[in-house]
Amino acid sequence: MAEPITEADLRERISAFLADHDPAGDRLAFLRARFDAGLAWVHFPVGLGGLAAGRALQPVADDAFAAAGAPDNRPSRIGIGLGMAAPTILVHGTDAQRTRFLRPLWTGEEVWCQLFSEPGAGSDLAGLATRARRDGDGWLLDGQKVWTSMAHVARWAILLARTDPDVPKHAGLTFFVLDMTAPGVEVRPLRQLTGEAEFNEVYLTGVRVPDEHRLGDVGAGWKVAQTTLMNERVSIGGGALPREGGMIGVLARAWREQPAVRTPGMHDTVMRLWVRAEAARLTGLRVRQQLAAGAPGPDGSAVKLSFATLNQQISAAELDLRGDEGLRRDSWAMSRPDDVDFTGRDTGYRYLRAKGNSIEGGTSEVLRNIIAERVLGLPAEPRVDTRVAWKDLPR
Amino acid sequence: MSDLLDLLESPDEQDLRSGVRDMLAAECPWQTVLSFVSEGAEAYDAKLWRTVATGMGLAGLLVPESQGGAGAQWRAAAIVVEELGRAVAPVPFVSSAVVATTALGSSDEPSLLGRLASGELTAALAVPYGLWSAPTLLSVVDGAVTGTVRGVADALGAGLLLVPADDGLYAVDGAAVRRTRVLSLDETRPLADLEFRAAPARLVGSLSAVPCALRAAATMTAAEQIGLASWCLDETVGYLKERYQFGRPVGSFQALKHRLADLWVELTQARAVVAYAAADLAAGAADGRVAASLAKIVGSEVAVRAAEECVQMHGGIGFTWEHPAHLYLKRAKATAVAYGSPDRHRARLATLVDLPLEES
Repeated sequence: MAEPITEADLRERISAFLADHDPAGDRLAFLRARFDAGLAWVHFPVGLGGLAAGRALQPVADDAFAAAGAPDNRPSRIGIGLGMAAPTILVHGTDAQRTRFLRPLWTGEEVWCQLFSEPGAGSDLAGLATRARRDGDGWLLDGQKVWTSMAHVARWAILLARTDPDVPKHAGLTFFVLDMTAPGVEVRPLRQLTGEAEFNEVYLTGVRVPDEHRLGDVGAGWKVAQTTLMNERVSIGGGALPREGGMIGVLARAWREQPAVRTPGMHDTVMRLWVRAEAARLTGLRVRQQLAAGAPGPDGSAVKLSFATLNQQISAAELDLRGDEGLRRDSWAMSRPDDVDFTGRDTGYRYLRAKGNSIEGGTSEVLRNIIAERVLGLPAEPRVDTRVAWKDLPR
Repeated sequence: MSDLLDLLESPDEQDLRSGVRDMLAAECPWQTVLSFVSEGAEAYDAKLWRTVATGMGLAGLLVPESQGGAGAQWRAAAIVVEELGRAVAPVPFVSSAVVATTALGSSDEPSLLGRLASGELTAALAVPYGLWSAPTLLSVVDGAVTGTVRGVADALGAGLLLVPADDGLYAVDGAAVRRTRVLSLDETRPLADLEFRAAPARLVGSLSAVPCALRAAATMTAAEQIGLASWCLDETVGYLKERYQFGRPVGSFQALKHRLADLWVELTQARAVVAYAAADLAAGAADGRVAASLAKIVGSEVAVRAAEECVQMHGGIGFTWEHPAHLYLKRAKATAVAYGSPDRHRARLATLVDLPLEES
């Protein structure tokens, strides 16, 4: 085994790379070269954009490139690809799939979306009904997906479909990569309570998927999806923020800037939220240290759950604090934003958008069940669906 | 800068934790604590204190090696305190080995630290348990101190009382002070009213060490609260797996599972905050006052909630004297008041982080 890459090695490689490649030159060429040099995601294998280094070194690379004025790969736009598709393809993909998909994913040439949820299968994800039937050397897909961020700009999707309705629901699923430009894929905007269409509905009608775009074994889709979902929970609310870096900073600024609206009751609320936001931030810091040390624990689920609750409480308090001013919105127009802006926009947007935080990426209720059963080891709720063929379940 | 603090435990720290936990499992089961409380005569569990202080050499954990101690860091102290909290151990570790030792930090009389480190002497800082800022309460005239201090933790059995008075920190022999036991909420850590009547006092240090001692006290109390909260959570989870009602283990009911999941989240966060505050004390970092207040707030809140949930989720048995839950509830509530309640620390924090109530 080769010696692990040290921080000094990495800095040396980056300096050498920057000496050869002009950060102010062609954006795409620069990003492709950075990937090929193994400086994209340093913990990935050599040849797939990485150096097989420790995760902890990634911020070193990102900071060094940012300091050199290098273009980034717009991580907020390609967040689903980076946070969910890439780790899943890395673990469960074939060499051909890894080689084909990871480079344009990382450079942002190809945007990814995730086709898991359905109108009839949200929290009960394994109950999904989208069918994939064998068709020669490929598969034919029929069904409907929902809550799909980025589907309108995505080139590829990761998709979970039912390949065997005659077995219990978790056993009959298979994981695919779907070409979003294939005939039979229809994307419709789904307008949300913010007025925006950040999400979509995706209709699949006789969509053909070649078998080489299957990820993992037939019937092993649930296992593959666990990799995706675990990585999703780690990535949600997992960013490194300074103190007052998130939504709490907006509330704190509102408090400082408007002495006239201060009341003792609101002061108590602001201070309680400030403390909880700081506790959540330090928990996130500890989670990242655990990840970097190669010892990921269950603490990440605490981060996601508290992030949702806190965002909702902070944005609600901010609306109360601003009073009449908080009622003024910047727009009700239907737009199709690439990312969610929790610290920009207006107070009403923050309040409304935060309502999604306890639903997207796993509802808070399901997350509490997961913590109770998998972390604390409490007995499961009685289940009526684990031994029954999916086709015989009431729905 | 503070984000660079390491919040994970080193292998040595993990060894320290398991060593202390194993010793307490053998020497301080809750039945021992319950009989200590029920008999109510002692200032602390002297046998257990000998094991902690001398047997394991922990009394001098924070005392420099040059003065006979272990010269350990705050992170190690936080681990020891957390484990003592898990066991609601009736020993004066926090009062003597943490608060009094820190108050003596700049002492002109290093031999005192050596005696504390050896465990032969315990000391208490003569301030009310709930004190959070550092006023001077008493006066010294002609080398003697007079006045009263109410509700001092672990003062009953302390050989030495450290008195912040006028222009410095004074040492007073415990036997020279009239000490009255207070019937207190948490009898695992008895309080005493102290009456000084021209008690001979000698100057042993400066007052500047007292705010440092109180800051350390807030952080270490939070560590203790993490320990007691984690006992409450573990014990409750264990009980809910075994207790059947309506033909199912009680722990399979979502109404209870979600509350315990929330408690686990709160505890996980408090653990990160306390790790941060302890690392911060160790580094002497500039963020120390913020970190200590944060720790005391989240520690107090999670401890009280964990203990209250423990009583509730044990149902009738949790409300009885014979079950240990009440020992934890009493310790949790008492430590929430100790060294500044969450409300007081929020008030302090508001100033520290520039979120004042009134326009300045």
